[in-house]
Formats: sequence, structure tokens, C-alpha cells
Amino acid sequence: MNAFAGPSMSRRSLLSAGGALVLAFSLSPRLAEAQKTEAKVSGTGKLPGSLSDTPYLDAWIRIGEDDSIAVFTGKAELGQGIKTALIQVAAEQLDVDLKRIVLHTADTGETPNEGYTAASHSMSESGTAIMNAAAQVRAILVARAAEQLGMPATQLTVENGVVSGGGKTLSYGKLVGPDVLHVKARPHSPLKDPKQNTIIGKSVPRVDIPGKLTGAVAYVQDLRLPGMVHARVVRPPVYGAQLTRVDTAKAEGMPGVVKVVRDGNYLAVLAKGEYQAIRAMNALDASASWSGGIALPKKDEIYAVLKGLPSHDTVIQDKGQVGAGRGGTAVKAAYHRPYQLHGSIGPSCAVGHLDGDQLTVWSHTQGAYPDRDAIAEMVGMPQDKVRVIHMEGAGCYGHNGADDAAADAALLATKIPGTPVRVQWMREQEHRWEPYGSAMVVEASATLDGSGKITDWVYDVWSTPHTTRPGPAGSLLAANLIAKPFQAPYPDPIPQPAGGGDRNAVPGYDFPNSRVTKHFIAQMPLRASAMRSLGAYMNVFSLESFMDELALAAKIDPVEFRLQNLTDPRGRDVINLAAEKFGWKDWQRKGPGHGRGFAYARYKNLAVYCAIALEMEVEREAGHVRILRAVAATDSGEAVNPDGIRNQTEGGIVQSASWTLYEEVDYSTQEILSRDWASYPILRFPAVPGAVEVHIVDRPGEPFLGTGEGSQGPTAAAIANSFADATGKRIRDLPLSPEKIRRTLEA
Amino acid sequence: MKVVFGIVAVIVILAAAALGYALSPSAIAAIQPPAPASFQQAEVKHGAELARLGDCNTCHTVKGGAPYAGGYGLETSFGTIYSTNITPDADTGIGRWSEAAFARAMRQGLDREGDHLYPAFPYTHFTKLSDPDVKALYAFFMTRTPVKKAARDNDLPFPLNWRPVLAGWKLLFFHPGRFQPDAKASDQVNHGAYLVQGLGHCGACHTPRNVLQAEKRDDFLEGGEAEGWTAPAIAGNAMPAPKAWTQTALKDYLTGRYAKDHGVAAGPMQPVAQNLSEVPQSDVDAIVAYIHPGMRQGNAQPANAQASAAASGSSGQSGQGAAIYAGLCARCHEQASPSRYSEGLNLADSSALHEASGRNFVNFVLAGVQPPEGRAGPFMPPLAGSLTDGQLTALADYLRQAKAGLKPWDDLKDTISSVRKTALAAEAQPQS
Amino acid sequence: MTKFTVNDKPVSTETAPDTPLLYVLRNELELNGAKFGCGLGQCGACTVLLDGQAIFSCLTPLAAIEGRKVTTLEGLGTIDNPGPVQAAFIEEQAAQCGYCIPGMIMRTQGMLNENPSPSEEEIREHLNTNLCRCGTHMRILRAARRAAGKPPADEAALAERSAT
Ligand code: FES
Ligand code: FES
Repeated sequence: MNAFAGPSMSRRSLLSAGGALVLAFSLSPRLAEAQKTEAKVSGTGKLPGSLSDTPYLDAWIRIGEDDSIAVFTGKAELGQGIKTALIQVAAEQLDVDLKRIVLHTADTGETPNEGYTAASHSMSESGTAIMNAAAQVRAILVARAAEQLGMPATQLTVENGVVSGGGKTLSYGKLVGPDVLHVKARPHSPLKDPKQNTIIGKSVPRVDIPGKLTGAVAYVQDLRLPGMVHARVVRPPVYGAQLTRVDTAKAEGMPGVVKVVRDGNYLAVLAKGEYQAIRAMNALDASASWSGGIALPKKDEIYAVLKGLPSHDTVIQDKGQVGAGRGGTAVKAAYHRPYQLHGSIGPSCAVGHLDGDQLTVWSHTQGAYPDRDAIAEMVGMPQDKVRVIHMEGAGCYGHNGADDAAADAALLATKIPGTPVRVQWMREQEHRWEPYGSAMVVEASATLDGSGKITDWVYDVWSTPHTTRPGPAGSLLAANLIAKPFQAPYPDPIPQPAGGGDRNAVPGYDFPNSRVTKHFIAQMPLRASAMRSLGAYMNVFSLESFMDELALAAKIDPVEFRLQNLTDPRGRDVINLAAEKFGWKDWQRKGPGHGRGFAYARYKNLAVYCAIALEMEVEREAGHVRILRAVAATDSGEAVNPDGIRNQTEGGIVQSASWTLYEEVDYSTQEILSRDWASYPILRFPAVPGAVEVHIVDRPGEPFLGTGEGSQGPTAAAIANSFADATGKRIRDLPLSPEKIRRTLEA
Repeated sequence: MKVVFGIVAVIVILAAAALGYALSPSAIAAIQPPAPASFQQAEVKHGAELARLGDCNTCHTVKGGAPYAGGYGLETSFGTIYSTNITPDADTGIGRWSEAAFARAMRQGLDREGDHLYPAFPYTHFTKLSDPDVKALYAFFMTRTPVKKAARDNDLPFPLNWRPVLAGWKLLFFHPGRFQPDAKASDQVNHGAYLVQGLGHCGACHTPRNVLQAEKRDDFLEGGEAEGWTAPAIAGNAMPAPKAWTQTALKDYLTGRYAKDHGVAAGPMQPVAQNLSEVPQSDVDAIVAYIHPGMRQGNAQPANAQASAAASGSSGQSGQGAAIYAGLCARCHEQASPSRYSEGLNLADSSALHEASGRNFVNFVLAGVQPPEGRAGPFMPPLAGSLTDGQLTALADYLRQAKAGLKPWDDLKDTISSVRKTALAAEAQPQS
Repeated sequence: MTKFTVNDKPVSTETAPDTPLLYVLRNELELNGAKFGCGLGQCGACTVLLDGQAIFSCLTPLAAIEGRKVTTLEGLGTIDNPGPVQAAFIEEQAAQCGYCIPGMIMRTQGMLNENPSPSEEEIREHLNTNLCRCGTHMRILRAARRAAGKPPADEAALAERSAT
């Protein structure tokens, strides 16, 4: 009998279910059973990807007797195109047409718990799980067909979900009896030979784009429930301020206002019309007086302040013998990164509805399950009475206001039972209250021997936390503000090899003697959390800037210098490819102010490889940088959707160019001053690069490495390096703003 | 009267032109472009500051184009004059100009070959420059990145496209000579006067011009025009600002910040303020010290909003203008705005509303104010598409009465269409 | 009562005249195309056409809409039959989260209404009012070029720019 034959059915399961479709409804409680895993990066057990946390095949794939095919993922579409890639993976292994697959994304009521959609893990966790589950489901169904047709499975063929042999055909729907798929996955799956792939590896158009571009309901902002009211919150002027007085009467009397909510320092207004809610919010805001609050640090002293705070220090790499009195040229440098905004184009939004004893929240959270747990704790309801359904928002790039808006919606929904409440943050609320990407300090020193070899490498990084996600209720703004507040939990550092502030602090190069120390500062002068690529952005910027400074000191071409210090063949491949496509060897300087730069990193030293070559013109009078061309080479393992990889990489390059050239949260000791796009400028069309090229090294059959966060760090360093090449002056403090450039070049 | 004067002037000009042509000044020998290294760093740095004080970049750079490579079109009532390439490119720039040639251009309005320059290049002001400053400016420009870009021909009718005519114009209106300090005034005030009358050439926009485009010297800084905007009086009795200018407000305004009771620099003044934010603050203080005493008074009558607004229906509280104001403007101009950069002026204090012409008001509404690429700064959205001419008129009528207590501008329709035209023309400006 | 047309259909509303058009489009007419991004005229997420010209619907009050012609994303085409600009954006897969894209599409349409054959500089200048945070700019530019009947590739634009 075929090695991949499905398990024979147990009596219990036959009795327990009345057919495949029922599974969909009967699953949730079982899931709850199967999933005692709390919020954590999942997919770390014996079984492939997230199957290790959620082993039942029917938690991932359900097939109806009507041949409907539903695929479930605990991950969320964040604009990275994950839906399309997951559908491709499932369709490939199931041998069905793409269009037949209905994908359900993160929903605590029906999908597996895959923790957060973050750290570019979606493909490696969910993609791997779905790929293996699909292959096993196919094998089970084919085996059943073999039994029913009395032919060996090897002689059967499958086309678009129909198994045929000996002139007879059976569709998946006919084969999938009760509970057939309610079986645990096996460690090994009969995956297709990658050479046979017809869907994986194709640039399939994104399934979500046509709807989004023609006005379909695509975002939680577009969700309209019957009888829904519009809410606006009023926030304190600064973290920790106390509400001393507020006159709710005026707001309550305004047209359309349904209710004004005050709960300790938590203030909000509910109204029938959205603009009525905004008017009332302004009135409420004007009538509120606050006192106290935490003093913010002086912006121009922030780096000294950070280094002055107590830190938990860990040596995360100690290799060979550092500083064993070797001679040679010593090079030293320090680099700084200010606080930076996620700055989602659509401010956070959520809808909450308390229906009887069931609370449902629609949110663009990156972690439906962990957010559900935090919300349940905040409102004091059992977890199984709270359901968080992911619905897309605007791109978040990490932990922005999403979870806090979800908490607002949940809290306000409990204040007006039976009525759905839509909360939309205002632009300045998103700017002021989202948790920022942490300010950071890096100090690096190295020794070069006569031959240009790096004999000593010492690297220190200081940072406040890079994740303060839910988890506990105290991580939600609303929970900090209500009369019976939950305290923000003490943040934990993310351990190596992934790391948080120290992500990519360990060099990917082979230095014989290297000591890398992370200084974790638990105290947060400004609220901070995960922002796309976490510490990797700053560490790669610093490390790769420093590599160029060393190459210069050693008088070796920067690309050559990197290759000399790198053995990882896949790393060398992307470096060579980027250099070749850019035309590094015979590049000519057009004149003064024209320069080129190179940078490379493997994200987290264990995920996507990315090398970037870039050229720019520096217009020194106004201090403007014009990026003429950026050429990237990436290796994300097996490329499921090449255009998706290109899209995310192009996006990462342009977004990082904006961070690197312009971005810096502005604040006084009293308050956050970056409140809109006029006080927090970002890249606009006239200044975006002239051209961005992305070249992909495909590795069929290799594990998925993710893509979303590979290009930010290399872009930042390539910009700094090409600026140094163009002007002979190096800027080590982000951002390379027009004003800073002008002053640097005039000095 | 004007006309008669005009005719007389033209005759004089042509006569003088012939004369001027007869004995036109000689060329100054071309030189090999000097090596950038041959200039003192300190001198170049000082030159950079002076170039900002003189706003050279504003007229000699096109949007998105190479700095100082010229090509920017300056609209005059006679036609369009295009700025020249003042990078040290040997063939198309000033690379072959000696310091003497450069100095002569700055002070006498003659190019190296000895041809007369159009006074759109404000040598009528630069003539006041000191020797060291001319030297520093020369050092600065000769160390810029050379750009090969030939100057574009001006669009001028005959006889104005015939440069010798300028000899006559100069004879009538050009008064060469260094700056003369006022012995009674402080050094600071004198330095301010030097910057305002000379390098800053404030009068080029803020002083009214006669039919032949010459600044009326007796009405110095009493209000002129600039690229479709009114350059309000900053001296004399015609100042539109209802509230008095404080020194702080003036400095904030001049450096591109929000000035209490006055708002922010916009239109052609915005790049000037950007430049002034990048020069030594002592220079700005000097300018303030010189200008401010002349503009202490707020001149407009306080508005009696209700009374006047009630007066007319369409522009009264109940009218379309009021409704548009409430929906479109009040959010930033009345309520506490979210960001200090989108903070709006209380329009009762607005100079634009108190000016004799609605130009600046219309310019503000249609174009708004946006900070330069990559910089934080005051912001007002462009609203050109949001309002029809009729709606804009209703809004203007309402605000004139309700906020300024003045009667509506009568010629507003033409103003609006001409501003819309200029905006289109600006978009059509040659780029890079 | 304010009367106007949206995508050629007559509309009338009792909503207060100082209410920005955006909220009427989204909540009364249940049109999703125009998005809230800042409410300040700084990002363009809310861009729609008013008498054919691109405007910020988050600012423009009903009082300014009376008797005028509003076109939203939905007015350009449908998912089965997208308009030319929408088709160009789909062709170029010009979206990541896609939240800014409706505004980009409307801004591009507004540009083409005024200037059917824009230069690369003009396209960039025209889109200057609209922000994208995902960094989809390169694809948005390609889509705008395609919609304007120009070669969409970056290289073509580079060539055009260095030629001028
Ligand atoms: S939402 Fe209208 S411009 Fe940002
Ligand atoms: S695609 Fe996400 S903001 Fe533009």
C-alpha cells in the first residue's frame, strides 16, 4: 500500500462529525484545545513550519463535499502580498487551480494561532506549514481514490482537484469523507519535485490588488456594520499626564453625539456621524485640563541620555582573542539613529462589537491571538468570549497604533453593549502615540593589518526595546489610561540569533577576533516597539558604513573588501550579482558630487540575503541628494512569487531611503512635536530614485527565507557610502537631512 | 501723465541709446578659469552666505535644475527675461570672467563683453556692494560645480531686445555708487541698511516701479509686485498689517517661521526666508534693526465683524462665503490646529485681507504654502481645484467684511483668472 | 441641503455644509475609494475629482460642492471593467498595502485631464501632493507613465530626464 496512504478512520471520528463542511463550525473549540501556545514566534517544533504548533491538517485546509477549498493561515496580509503567495503554495501542492482556493487569514475564531505576522516569518512558518499540509492532504485523498478505484496511487493522476485512473474520475469533494483531514500532520510530506512546479516560482498577480484599486471593501476602515457609531478618542498631551478637569456637557450636547466616555484618564466620544464625532472630539479636547506627565529628554542630548541610562549588557559574540596587542591601523567610529515613525498612511482604526457575552474586534493587528489575550485581560472577559478578526489596514511596518486602536474599540464597545463602534485615530494621534523605532547608538572599532585583513573587531550597540507588543493588557494604551490601569510590563530583550536592538549586530563576515556587546536599555524615554527590521536597520547601516571606512583605510575596493571577508557562498552570490548588474567595475564618476556606494547583509544572519549598489548626485548648495539608481540582488530561498519579492524589495529600498535621508521624530521636553507630515517630512515623488532594479537569485527547493525586511539596512548604508564617495565626507548620524548635508559640506 | 512721461522717456532713451552704442564699453579680456583651490576657504564660505543674502539661487536655478545654471524665466510687464548660467563653466557660464569682469557686472550691469545687462539682474542694488563682499562672491561662484548650459534667449519685443537701449535706461534710472553709511545710525542698523539696499535688493520687489520698470526711489519699500504676488509695503503708511510687527515676529517671518499675528512667508518670499534661515543670525538681526522701526504701526482699522458681515447677504454669516470658510478654513484658522506647522493665522490679522488688491489672498488660497523637499515647515494645502471662481469670490467677500471690516475687492474676477494663469505658467517653467 | 453629482448620479444630502466631502462619500454613499489619511491636505489619500480636477476631499466641505461634479475611484471603472488608469496600475502591480493607491489613481487621472502627455518631471511634480509609505513610488510612476501612454520602464524615464 502507498506509503502516503491516509490513516484508516477511527470509529469516534466517524460518529463525531456529520460531514466535511461541519468541520468548519466544529473546529474552533478543538483548535482552542490544540493551541495552548501563547503569543510567541511560532513554528519551532518537530513538524515543518507552524505545523509544529497546529498539527491537525484540517486546521489548515478544509475541502467541502461541494469541492470548495478553504485554506487557513494565522498570518495577516499587511501589504506584503502574503495571501497570494500562500494560495500559490497551497494550489501547487494540492494540484488545483489558484482561483478555487479561498484563503482565510488571522482570526481567533477560525484560524491557527501563528503568533505575530512579523520578522519576515510568514513564508517560513505559514508558507511551510501550508505547503506541507497541502502535500499531505493531496496524498491522503489520492490514497482514498486508490482504495475506491482499486488501483495503485502511483497510477493515478490529479488535475485541478480531480483524481483519475482507469477511465474513472473522483473529485476531492467526493473523496473527503467526515474527519478525513482531521489528522495530525506527519514530519515528512510528499512534496512535488520543485522542477515540476507550475505555480510556485511564477509572478502570479496579487489577488487583492484589483479590488483595492476599484473600491471594494478592503480595509477595516471600510467595514460598516448596521447601527455602527463613530468614536474618536482624546489623548493626554504627553505620556502619563493626569486628567484633572473635563467638561463633557458641551460635547454631549453636540449634534449626533451618542455618548461621552470617561474612564480615569481615558476620554472618548461616540457619535452617529463621523464628522460629528470629530467636532465633539475637538470640543472635548478643548475642555480637558491635564497635569503632570513624564518629561521627555532634550532632543539634542538624546544619545548621551540613552548611554546614561541603566543597561543590561550581554556579550553576544566573543570570538578569538580581541585586542591581543596586534599592531596595525586602528579605526574607530560612532553612529547614531534618532527615533523614527512607522507613520502608516492610514491612521489606526478598529471596530468593536459586544453582542450578548461575545466581544468581537476587527483590527489590522499583526497578532490576532496575542491581541485577543491582552484585550480579554483588559476588559476582564474570558479569552473564548473575545474574538479578534484581522482585517487589513494601511501598511504598518511593525507595531504601530493597530493594537491600541483595537483596545479602544473593545473598551468602547463594552461601554455601549449591542452597538458596533468604529474607532478611527486622527493623523496627529498616530504620530504622537504610536510606539516609535528606538533611538540607538553604535560604537565600532577595528584593526587592519598591513594586508588589509581585519584582525580585531569590537562593536557595541545601545538601544531601548524593539518589542513591547501585546501580550499582557499593560501593553495597550487604553489599559494604561483607564481608572483601574494595567501597568506596562517590564520589556524583555529578544534573544540572539534574531535579536532586537542587536539584530544584525553580529557581523556576517568571518573576522578571526570579534567582540560584540549589546546594551539593552529597558527604560523608554519615548514609547518604542518593533519597526520594520528592528535593530537591523541601524546595525547594518553602522556595520556596512564602517566596512567602507575600513576599505578606504585599506585602499581596497569596497566590493572586493567585502568579498575578501565573506565565505558564505550565497552571500557572495548576491554581492557579485548586484555589483555586476550595477556595472561596478567600469563605473565612471560623471563629475564632482557624483558617487556610488555598496552594502550587503543577510537579515538576522539567518534569513534573506540582500546586496545593494547605488549611485547618487549630491546637490551641495541645497543639501539635496538625488538617488539616480539603486540595484539590488536578493536571495529569499525558493522564490514563490518573484514579482512579490521585487515589489517588497523596491518598497524596502524607497522606504529606507526616506528614513535615511529625512526622518527623525521631533520633540521638546514637554511634548512630541512630530504630529503631521509637515512636522515629519518623508520622501515625495520628485526625490524618489530615478530607477530601482531588483535581481532575484532563485533557490528552488530551498527553505523560504522571507523578504520584507532584507533591504532597509543595506539601503541605508549604501546611501551613506555613496554620499561619502560623492563628497569625501561621511555622515554617521541619521538622517542625512538636507540641513545636515549643507552644514557638513560647508564646514 | 504717465503716458506723456513714457513717450518723453522713450525718446530720451533712444537718443541716449544711440550715444551709448557709439561709445559702448569695451570687453574685459577672458581668462583661464581659475582653479577652485586658488581661493581661500574662509572667503568661499563667506561668499556662500552672501549668495544666500542675495538670493542668487532663486533666480539663477530652475526647479529641479543644477544650481546657478540659469534658465529661470522672470516675467516682466515687457516680456520674459531668462536668468543666465553663473557657474564657472568656461563656455556657457562665467568661467572666463576675471574678478574685474565680475565686479563690473555686479556694479555697472555690464557683462564681460561689455554688453548692457537687463535690470532684472539687480545691479541697481548690487552697485552698493563693498569690495570684500564682491571678492567673496566671486570666490564662491568660481568654486561652484561648472555646468554646461547655454543661456536661453529672452522673449522681449523690439526695441527692448536691442541691448543698447539699456544705455539710455541706465542714464535715466541707474545710480551707481557704494553704500553710504548713516553716521547717526548704529553699526548694526547700517549693516542692515547695507544688506537691504544692496545685496538683499528688497526694493526690487517691495518698491513700486514706474512705467519703465524703474524703482521709484522716493517710495522706497512702499509696496511693489513680484511674480504675480503683491510685495506689501514694509515702510511708509501703506503697510497692510493690522497688528504692529514686533522685532521677534519680523525675525520669525524673515527666517521662515510662523510669525505671531502675521503668519508665514509665502510665494516669492518663501525662498528668501529659506535663505535667511541659513545665514548668520547677526545678519538677520541687522536687517530687522534697520527695517523694523519703519514698520511699528499696525495700520488697518479693526474689523467690526458682525456689523459689516451682517450688511450684505451673500457675504454675510449665512451666505456661501461663510459656509465655505467654516468648512474649509476654520479648522486651522480658528481651532487649535494639531501641529504648529499647520497653525493658521487669525484672518482678522491677515495682511493679505487688508491689501488693496486681492492678489495675495487668492495666491494663498490657490497655491497654499508647502515646505521645501525633505524639510519640516509651515504648511497650507493648495486648494485651486476645491473652489470655483465664484466660490472663491464669495469667500473673499465674506472674509473682507467679516474679518477685515472692508468692502469687497472690486476687480477680484480678473485677479483670480490672472493668478490661475500665472500658476499654470509657473508649472510650464522650463525644468532642469 | 446640498445637491451635486457623484460618478454622474445625482446626490443630495442634509448633512451640515461644513462637513468635508470625504465623510459623505464614505459613510452616506458607502464609497470606499477615497480614504482618510490625514484630514489636513498633506497626503492625498482622499483625492477625488471635482469638475475633473484632483482635490483633497478631506478638506473640501459640502458648501463648496453644491451643484458640482464629483468623480471617485468607483467612477473610473469596476473590478471587471477597470478604467484605463486603474488598468495601468493593475498591470504594473502598483500596490503594496494599496491604501494610498486610490488617491494616486485619482491624482493621475486629474493630471491626464489637464495634460495628456506629461513629461517625467511633470508626473513627479503632479504626484508631489500624494504620499505613499510602503515605498511603492517606483511602480506608481511606472503606472502613471503607462496611463499617459509613455514607456513605463524606469530606464526610459532616466533617458528622458538626462536628455532634457
Ligand atoms: S486625507 Fe486628505 S490629504 Fe490626507
Ligand atoms: S502602497 Fe501602502 S501606502 Fe502606498
